[in-house]
Amino acid sequence: MSRFPDGQLFDRRQFLKTTGLLTGWVAAGSSLALIAPAPARAWAIDLAALTSSEGATLMAVTRTIAPHDKLEDAAYALVVRAIDSEAAKDEKLLQIVRAGAAALGNDFAKKEESARVAALKKIESSEFFQAVRLKTLQVLYATPMAYAYFGYEGEAFSKGGYLSRGFNDLRWLPEVPLEDSGPVPS
Amino acid sequence: MAAIDFKDESAVVIVGSGAGGGTLAHELTRRGIKVVLLEAGKRQSLDSFSQVPGEAFTQLTWLDPRTQSGDWGVARDFPTLPAWHCKTVGGTTVHWTASAPRLRPWELRAHTTYGNIAGTSLVDWPIAYDELEKYYKIAELRMGVTRRNDMPGLPASNNFKVMYAGAKKLGYKQVHTGHMAINSVAADGRGYCIQQGFCVQGCKMGAKWSTLYTEIPDAEETGNLDLRIESTATRIEHDSQGRVNAVVYRDREGKEQRQKARLVCVAGNAIETARLLLLSESAKYPRGLANSSDQVGRNYCHQITGFVWGIFDKPIYSWRGATLAGVVEDEVVNNPERGFVGGYRIELLALDLPTLPLVGLPYGWGRDFASVLDNYRNLAGLFINGEDLPRADNRITLNSNVKDAFGLPVANVHVDEHANDRAMRKHAQGQMSKMYEAIGAKRVVLGPVPPATHNLCTARMSADPRDGVTNAWGQTHDVKNLFISDGSVLSTPGAANPTLTIVALALRQADYISSQMKAGKL
Repeated sequence: MSRFPDGQLFDRRQFLKTTGLLTGWVAAGSSLALIAPAPARAWAIDLAALTSSEGATLMAVTRTIAPHDKLEDAAYALVVRAIDSEAAKDEKLLQIVRAGAAALGNDFAKKEESARVAALKKIESSEFFQAVRLKTLQVLYATPMAYAYFGYEGEAFSKGGYLSRGFNDLRWLPEVPLEDSGPVPS
Repeated sequence: MAAIDFKDESAVVIVGSGAGGGTLAHELTRRGIKVVLLEAGKRQSLDSFSQVPGEAFTQLTWLDPRTQSGDWGVARDFPTLPAWHCKTVGGTTVHWTASAPRLRPWELRAHTTYGNIAGTSLVDWPIAYDELEKYYKIAELRMGVTRRNDMPGLPASNNFKVMYAGAKKLGYKQVHTGHMAINSVAADGRGYCIQQGFCVQGCKMGAKWSTLYTEIPDAEETGNLDLRIESTATRIEHDSQGRVNAVVYRDREGKEQRQKARLVCVAGNAIETARLLLLSESAKYPRGLANSSDQVGRNYCHQITGFVWGIFDKPIYSWRGATLAGVVEDEVVNNPERGFVGGYRIELLALDLPTLPLVGLPYGWGRDFASVLDNYRNLAGLFINGEDLPRADNRITLNSNVKDAFGLPVANVHVDEHANDRAMRKHAQGQMSKMYEAIGAKRVVLGPVPPATHNLCTARMSADPRDGVTNAWGQTHDVKNLFISDGSVLSTPGAANPTLTIVALALRQADYISSQMKAGKL
């Protein structure tokens, strides 16, 4: 028996075993729907290192860390993708994430928020929790979905800045006298 | 641009191209002096500045490894990033928010004004205020500072309107859109501010002064500048008399190079400047260069900082507009009745959405944390910029347990806060909270102390050589042809954002170096 086919088979099995998939739908009228091309209503994210079940647990962890109820799952899925792609290149991180997800249990994502919070409070100082928290902060608020959801308009240079797009449009407080501010250039 | 031979012993070598090094390079080259300018970072341009905040951070920030210790909040909240400054041509003037106030006369006499305070190493500056003021005026013209000369103030943004209303309710008198090195009208061949709110990512308009597109191209035009990018200085060498004569550096391939020099000026930002002097130890200088006083790296100051956010029930859109264009200056006084010495400024601040949770908010997660971000549209922001007190043991040292890409020990930053620092921050946060509450804030959120953006005093000027590293011209007490040309030389930090002072001192140093050269003394 040649070793080569065996090896190949083994790799293939490993591949099938460790590759997960996260999928979801974009709700009509949601913040993502506003920016997604019209036909792109479904999203799917391939996982390179984590299983679908681990991915689902991580989704629930990120949503518990940063609960914005009407923010699309797709935004949180990008956090999971970022963790997954780092873990695919970093064996130590992969083990931390695996063990962390396993310890929370397969049913973590189905639990009530209060139970999820209580479970995470217990492991708050763990490497697993801190790694997921940091990645959530780094990735979630940088997604186009978050920009749309929070109303953040991002870079403005390509549109001529905010000079003529509302940088001084606040009207619920008195205007600042000219001597303490300056003329609006035109 | 000049190509200066490695063996050319007539060259002045400047390490670092930021506010100090970039300005000095221009001033020397326009006087006909040949300069090799070593810059560890790459060269960006208005076109290449990333407009994705995370990418821009990576593009511009000094991210080489460092360690830290001490009880300050940064060691806990940002363990791998004690300081937030740049590694790019133009240095930290690429990402600075361009606030350019002057120090006050009494701030230059910190020791005399504040007295002997236990646990501090206060000194007075060896420069008279009139002398510094002369160079402030030149610097303000050069940088196009608003509310100085003919440069009008910047217009009021939404975020500033909130600040202004709150400050006036509290009775503050000195409230305006700041002395900013940002063109409010087109000037100096550069455009005016279009209120992008992307000061920190690099101003694609070039409205904000940066040596990247002012002093450095001007220096290149003289034909006397040899700018070498991706060139990291690792050691300064000296001759048998102890005079420095070469700078050893790694080029972009990691290859070691040696540039001969008649004179060396170090402007690598206070942490790296101290590190380079310490790395340059030799049999003659076993404690490092210019360190017979054992003061190199000590007295590290970073100014008192911290965010205060106000959440209102109406939109503000704080990200629209120049990031820091607003100030309250009434607290820039020394009034020990407040419970501390020294003054502070209340400055306007906004953070883009991706940066806010990473840098601007206190540690947290869950509903309470998320609720602050849910109010992002209705969030107004302020920042403290106050004077911290120098302490001998707040210092930069070499950490041999951690090595950089070239195998050299990294800098360790140690800070234990003085009680005065904490009292000032508490007072400032209280006043800023009152400002927002006075105009109906629903909630006030106190942010953490962010990684230090103002790194100062690690090779300070001192009248007595035992108290510092350089004389009043940034010339080291020990080595006559070795100069320090960045914020490291500030004797004490004061409450003014430091760039204007760094530029003024670099202009003054250039006058001194060129006149000394002419007189045959250097």
